[in-house]
Amino acid sequence: MSARTARLLGPHRRNLWFWVFVGPFAVGLGLFTYVPLLWSVYLSFFNAHNTVNPTEFVGLGNYTAMLGDDAFLGSLGTFLLFTAFIVPATFALSLSLALMVNRLRFAQAFFRSVFFLPTACSYVVASLIWKLSLFNGVRFGLANTVLGWFGTDQTAWLSTTSPPWYWLVIVTVRLWLQAGFYMILFLAGLQRISPQLYEAAAMDGARPGWQVFRHITFPQLRATSVAVLLLLVINAFQAFDEFYNLLSDARGYPPYARPPLVYLYYTALGRDQNLGLGSAGAVILALIIAVATVVQARWFGLGRKED
Amino acid sequence: MHDALTRAGRALRVVLLVALALLFLVPFYLLVRNGLAGEADITAPTWAFFPRELHWSNLTEVFSDPDLPLARALLNSTLIAVSTTVGTVVLASMAGYGLARIPYRHASVVFYAILGTLMVPAAVTFVPSFVLVSTLGWISTLRGLVIPTLFSAFACFVFRQYFLGFPKELEDAARVDGLGYWRTYWRIVVPNARPVFAAVGTIVFIGAWNSFLWPLVIGQDQSAWTVQVALSTFTTAQNLNLHELFVAAGVSIVPLVVVFLLLQRYIVAGVERSGIDD
Repeated sequence: MSARTARLLGPHRRNLWFWVFVGPFAVGLGLFTYVPLLWSVYLSFFNAHNTVNPTEFVGLGNYTAMLGDDAFLGSLGTFLLFTAFIVPATFALSLSLALMVNRLRFAQAFFRSVFFLPTACSYVVASLIWKLSLFNGVRFGLANTVLGWFGTDQTAWLSTTSPPWYWLVIVTVRLWLQAGFYMILFLAGLQRISPQLYEAAAMDGARPGWQVFRHITFPQLRATSVAVLLLLVINAFQAFDEFYNLLSDARGYPPYARPPLVYLYYTALGRDQNLGLGSAGAVILALIIAVATVVQARWFGLGRKED
Repeated sequence: MHDALTRAGRALRVVLLVALALLFLVPFYLLVRNGLAGEADITAPTWAFFPRELHWSNLTEVFSDPDLPLARALLNSTLIAVSTTVGTVVLASMAGYGLARIPYRHASVVFYAILGTLMVPAAVTFVPSFVLVSTLGWISTLRGLVIPTLFSAFACFVFRQYFLGFPKELEDAARVDGLGYWRTYWRIVVPNARPVFAAVGTIVFIGAWNSFLWPLVIGQDQSAWTVQVALSTFTTAQNLNLHELFVAAGVSIVPLVVVFLLLQRYIVAGVERSGIDD
C-alpha cells in the first residue's frame, strides 16, 4: 500500500469506514436535494416551457414576472392569513389538551390515543370527510344538518366567498389532524418539568391554576413552545394537500384560497408546464423560508442555551 | 368551600375532555357510517345517525369497481411505504452512526451539509426534483416514487443524536473481540438500538403511506397511483359514488390504525424526538 493510499484511508482505515457508512446517504441527499436546487436556480433564468434543457436565457425575467404576478403575491397573502388562523389555534388547542390530559388521574392513555389518532389519517382522507360529509354544502352534510335543527339555512361551505366560510373548513381539517401530534410534544415537555418547582411554588403560596401556569409551567415549556411554533409555521408554509383536495375539482382550482404550493403546482406542472417560472417561484419560496427561519430563530433566541 | 371549587373544576375539566374526545371521533364515525350505508341513506334529507341498513357488501363492491383501481393502489402504497421505511432507516441509521462514532476530520462539514437541508423543505424542491426525476425517465415508476424520498436528514439527525448517547462499552467489547466497524454495527449496535429504529420506522411509514404531493406529481399513470392519489382523484372528480369513496377511504386507513394501536409507544417516542431540535 502506498503512503498516499494509507493517508487517504486514515488510521485503522477510519476514513474509508466513515464513507462506507455516511457515503450512500450523503451522495443520495446531494443528488436529490442539492442537485435539484441548483438546477432549479439555473432553470429560473431561462424560458423553460415543457423542457428541462432550455436554450433561451431570460435573465431575471422569470423573477420579475413572478413578483409582478398578482396571483403569486396573493398566494403569499393566503399563506399569511392561513398562518394567522392555524398557528395560534393549533398552539392553544394542543397545549390545552396536553394540560388537561396530563392532570388526569384515570384513562390518561385512552384520551391521549383519541386525540392522537387523527395523525394516522392522511390529509386526503380528512379532506374527503370534510368536503363530502361534514361540511357538504347540501342538506345531508352534518354541519348543515345540525344548523338546520336550529332553523338556519344551508351553507355552501366551500364555495361561499363572502363571508369566506371555506376558511373554517380548511383550518379545522388541519387543526383536527395535527393537534394530537403537538399535544404529544407538550406532554413530553410537561413531564420534564421538575415536581420540586411546583412544590416550591405551593410553599410560596401560588394558587394552583392560572398563577402556577403563568409563572412555572409556561416558562418551563419555553423550548417546547418555540419548537412547536417553528414546526407549525414551516408546515403551514408547505400546505398543499388539504387545499388541493378540498377546493379543486374537474374544472380546476377556484381563484381564492390558493397557497404558494398550490400556485406553484399549477404553474410548473399545469397545462403549460412553465418550469422556468415555477423554478423562480420555488427559489423565491426557499429564500423566504430561509430568511423566516433565521429571523424566527433570532426572535426566539434559539441557540441561547436553556438551563 | 375551596375543596368544593377544586372538585367542581376537576369535574368540569373531565366533561370538557369527554366532549372534545367525542368531537375528535366524529370524522371517524362519519367514515364508518357513510362507508357502510347505502347511497340513499347518505343523501337522505333527514339525518340518520345509524344507517337503516348496513351494507357490508360495499366492502367487496369497492374492490370490483373498474374505475377505482383500489387493490392496485393499495398494493402500490404498501410497496412504497415498506421500501421507503426500510431504505430510509438503513441509510439514515448508518449515516447517523458514522457521524456519531467514526472519527473523521471533515465529519462536521458533512454533518452541517446534511443539517442544512432541513432548512429546505421537501415541498419547495418538488419542482426541481420533478425535473430531475423526469430527466431520469422515472415518472410513474416505483423507483421514481421511492428513491428520491429515501434521504431524510431528519431521520439521520435523530439516529446521530441517539448513537452519541449509546453506551461505548458495548462497542469496546466488540472491538476487543476483533470486530470491525461493519460487524460491530450490525451485530452489536443495531440489535441494542431497537427502540429508536421502531420510533423512526413508524414515523417514516406513516409519512410515506399518507404522502400526497410527490405521488401526485410522479405517479401520473393510473397503474402508479397510490391509495391517496386514487382517493383524491375521485374526491375531486365530478361523478362520485359517495358510499364507495367512504368505504375506500376507510380501507385506506386500516393499515395505519393497526400500526398505531400496536406501536403507539414507539410513535410517541418518535414524535417526542422530532420536537427536540437543539
